[in-house]
Amino acid sequence: MPSVMLRKREDGKLLFYIAKKDLEETIESLEFDTPDRWGGEVVLGDGSKYYFEPMDTPPKIPMTLQAKRLSE
Amino acid sequence: MAAMTREETEALIQEVLEVYPEKAKADRAKHLAINDQSLEKSNKCITSNRKSLPGVMTIRGCAYAGSKGVVWGPIKDMIHISHGPVGCGQYSRAGRRNYYVGTTGVNTFGTMNFTSDFTEKDIVFGGDKKLAKCIDEIETLFPLNKGISIQSECPIGLIGDDIEAVSKVKNKEYNKTIVPVRCEGFRGVSQSLGHHIANDAIRDWVLENRDGDESFPTTPYDVAVIGDYNIGGDAWASRTLLEEMGLRVVAQWSGDGTIAEIEKTPKVKLNLIHCYRSMNYIARHMEEKYNIPWIEYNFFGPTKIAESLRRIASHFDDSIKEGAERVIARYESEYNAVIAKYKPRLEGKRVMLYIGGLRPRHVIGAYEDLGMEVVGTGYEFGHNDDYDRTIKEMGNATLLYDDVTGYEFEEFVKRVQPDLVGSGIKEKYIFQKMGVPFRQMHSWDYSGPYHGYDGFAIFARDMDMTINNPCWKSFKAPWKTEATESEPVKAVA
Repeated sequence: MPSVMLRKREDGKLLFYIAKKDLEETIESLEFDTPDRWGGEVVLGDGSKYYFEPMDTPPKIPMTLQAKRLSE
Repeated sequence: MAAMTREETEALIQEVLEVYPEKAKADRAKHLAINDQSLEKSNKCITSNRKSLPGVMTIRGCAYAGSKGVVWGPIKDMIHISHGPVGCGQYSRAGRRNYYVGTTGVNTFGTMNFTSDFTEKDIVFGGDKKLAKCIDEIETLFPLNKGISIQSECPIGLIGDDIEAVSKVKNKEYNKTIVPVRCEGFRGVSQSLGHHIANDAIRDWVLENRDGDESFPTTPYDVAVIGDYNIGGDAWASRTLLEEMGLRVVAQWSGDGTIAEIEKTPKVKLNLIHCYRSMNYIARHMEEKYNIPWIEYNFFGPTKIAESLRRIASHFDDSIKEGAERVIARYESEYNAVIAKYKPRLEGKRVMLYIGGLRPRHVIGAYEDLGMEVVGTGYEFGHNDDYDRTIKEMGNATLLYDDVTGYEFEEFVKRVQPDLVGSGIKEKYIFQKMGVPFRQMHSWDYSGPYHGYDGFAIFARDMDMTINNPCWKSFKAPWKTEATESEPVKAVA
């Protein structure tokens, strides 16, 4: 369960950063991204997949969240 | 020698790797790459931030160097105790030339060495009592210090001393910030982890000290300069430009910085990051906790300075945007004169760099402004994100080397034959004895500043006096030189 820091890049894309792993990637797709449901499976720029526990409201970005790594 | 093609560079890497045993060869091959600008991500071509191989001559430092030497050391009004045996502190004392204003030994302590001087007895019975005594002595002798940081050396972690407990007790007693930093040298693979640990210590022990205290008057133009260590006065040369364009620099991290400045940083509007590698952690933290955006900038060479000033200004209103243009226009004739003077003497010269965590990519622009070409670059302790940012700065088919070994670096220089090598003190004399002009790019070879427009003039002069120094022609004994005369260096315009 790595802690993931989410931030917005200047062009509006979400960045997914894990300090421990030196991983900084863009988020290409997010399963739920509506005002009443946020989270689920995310696909990063390098193709790897992670999972955020879905939330009822979108988080206030920048923020650190726990993510689960999904195996391919 | 003309620029190398992809195939030639590839052949060079293979040839250099030839001497290694099978296993070492496979490992080192991952750290050497040929730049390909079409790549978006560096992890496709190069591996970084991995443990150095035993048996090779690495040029890296340790976590203690990253924390005490880089991040904490320049904070001038704090006393940084090198907690452990005396050597680590003494042999790194004042070597980094982070300039500061103040009276050393009275209200500033930058070039002094404070150590708890461990002996066998302290290893056996623990050093906490000695540390407490050390802090008491500091308070008696140097009462104007604004805080103390305890920089752990290797034995502290090995014997399991509780420096946090001592800090808490002494913090109550003296009512001063006392920061225990767990930066034992054996942690991590290079000084890079030391930077991270130091950033985390600032986050946990210093940054929130003035949360909720609104007595500090703020303006909409407050910025903090982060990751500028004022080497040879770099931060001052940067600060003047920012102030001239109308911004107010609240804090300098950490060159010529104070603990008060650090405590006030959460109140700024924008964090400006120069050394991304060593300070991005704290910038990310402040973005999350205090909602302060951060941007990277580059103050080496007029092209990059103008780009950075405009980029910084874009985060503010029109008065700052005008300010940026005004600053660029004001210095235009000055830096054009520098380029006119030195470019004819330096044009076409080729440079190989091997530096720490930011300059391998940041100084490329400054060399290009002088008509020079960087044909190889590499980081001691860079991570993937540093190489991501480097790929676009470097030309195609140039060499990239991560954590290069002494042997590889020498071989690369022998084959590529650059006109200048820029690296650190450990490499300097090897290359000078090989007859290759060399500049120390960590400490600016006791010169500087190199940041900002003022620094660019000094940078250009230094590169010229190194490359065009007549001594390089005297390397061969007169009776061994061939009759052919090389063309004379062009005179100063």
